[in-house]
Amino acid sequence: MKVSKWLYTVLVLLLLWLFLTGSTSMEEVIAGIVVSVLIALFASDIFTEKGLKNLTPKKIVCAILYIPYLFWEMIKANLDVAYRVLHPKMPIRPGIVMVKTRMKSDLGKLMVASSITLTPGTFTLEVDGDTFFIHWINVKAEDVEGASEQIPGKFEKCLLRFLD
Amino acid sequence: MSAQVSGLIWIVYFMLVTAGIFLLALRFIFGPTASDRVVAVDGMTTVTTALLVILALFFRRVIYIDVALVYAVLAFIAVLAIARYLEGGL
Amino acid sequence: MWNVIVGEILLVIGAIFLFLGSLGIFRLPDVYNRLQAGTKCTTLGAFSTVLGVGFIEPHWMVKSLLVGVFLLLTNPVSAHAIGRASYRIGVKLWKGSVVDKLGEYREGKNA
Repeated sequence: MKVSKWLYTVLVLLLLWLFLTGSTSMEEVIAGIVVSVLIALFASDIFTEKGLKNLTPKKIVCAILYIPYLFWEMIKANLDVAYRVLHPKMPIRPGIVMVKTRMKSDLGKLMVASSITLTPGTFTLEVDGDTFFIHWINVKAEDVEGASEQIPGKFEKCLLRFLD
Repeated sequence: MSAQVSGLIWIVYFMLVTAGIFLLALRFIFGPTASDRVVAVDGMTTVTTALLVILALFFRRVIYIDVALVYAVLAFIAVLAIARYLEGGL
Repeated sequence: MWNVIVGEILLVIGAIFLFLGSLGIFRLPDVYNRLQAGTKCTTLGAFSTVLGVGFIEPHWMVKSLLVGVFLLLTNPVSAHAIGRASYRIGVKLWKGSVVDKLGEYREGKNA
C-alpha cells in the first residue's frame, strides 16, 4: 500500500515536471526524477488515498472521455450567461437550493463541486458532508430530489465510474 | 520563421480586454460591499493571466508564459487568503 | 497556415468571453450572480486564449495548456471561497431571489 502510494505520487510529479520544463534532455529528466522521489517520500500520504488503484485502464478511459463532455457543458454555460447578461431585462430568477451527492471521497466531492461551478447557471456555495448548497441563477426545482436530479446527477453518472 | 498574426486581431483583442478591465475597475470602485470588490479583483487576475499569455505571443518570448503560470498560482493564493480574511479566520 | 487561422478565431472568441464576463460582473445585481458570470466566462475566455496561443505557436502548446488546466482547476475553488465567505459575513441575496435553502438550514441547526 505504501509503495503503491509512493509510486503514484512519483508518476504524477514526474509528469508535471516534464510538462513544466518541456524538454527531454538527460539532465532535466534526471533532476526531475530525483526531486519527485524526494518529495514523494514526505508527501505521498497526504497526496493520495488509494495509490496505483486509481490507474486502471477503464478509469483512465472514463477520465479522458469526461473532458470533452465537461467542455461541451462549459460552452453551453457561457452561451447561457452571455444571453442573460446581454438581454436588456436580465431574465434571472436566482436562489439557493440544497442537493445531495452520492460521492464518498474528498476528491470526488471536489470534482463534482468544480464541475457544478463550471456548468450552466449553477455554482457551489457551501458544502456540509454530502450536502451541497448551490446558487442557481434560474431556479427550476426547489425541492431536494428534483434539484439533485438536475444538477449533480448528470456528472455523477460519469464521475462515479472513475472516482470513488 | 514564425507565423504572423494579422493586426486586426490584436486591435480587437486588446480593445475588448481593455474594456473588460475598465468595467471591472468600475465595479471595484462602486462595489457596495467588500465581497463585490474581491469578485472584481478575482476577475481581473484571470484577465491578467490571459493578457500575459497574449503578451508572450506578441513579443515572441516563451518566458512570459512561465510568468503567467507563476502569476496564476500567486493570484489564486491571494484570493483564497482574502476570502479567508473576510470570513474572519485569519 | 491553417493553425494560425484556427488560433486567431480562438483568440477572438476568448476576448469576447472575457469581455462578457467583465460585463456580467458589472451588470448583475448581487455578489452571487456576479460570481456566476465572473467564474464561467473568464475561465472559458482565458482557456480559449491559451489554446489559441498554443495553436499559433505549436512549440508552446504544452506549456500554455498547463496554464489553462491550472486556471480550470483553481477558478472554481476561489469562486467557492469568495461565495462562502460572503454568505458567512451576511451579504444579502438580491431581493428578487426565490428560495434560500441555506438560510433555512442554518436556522434549523441553530434552533
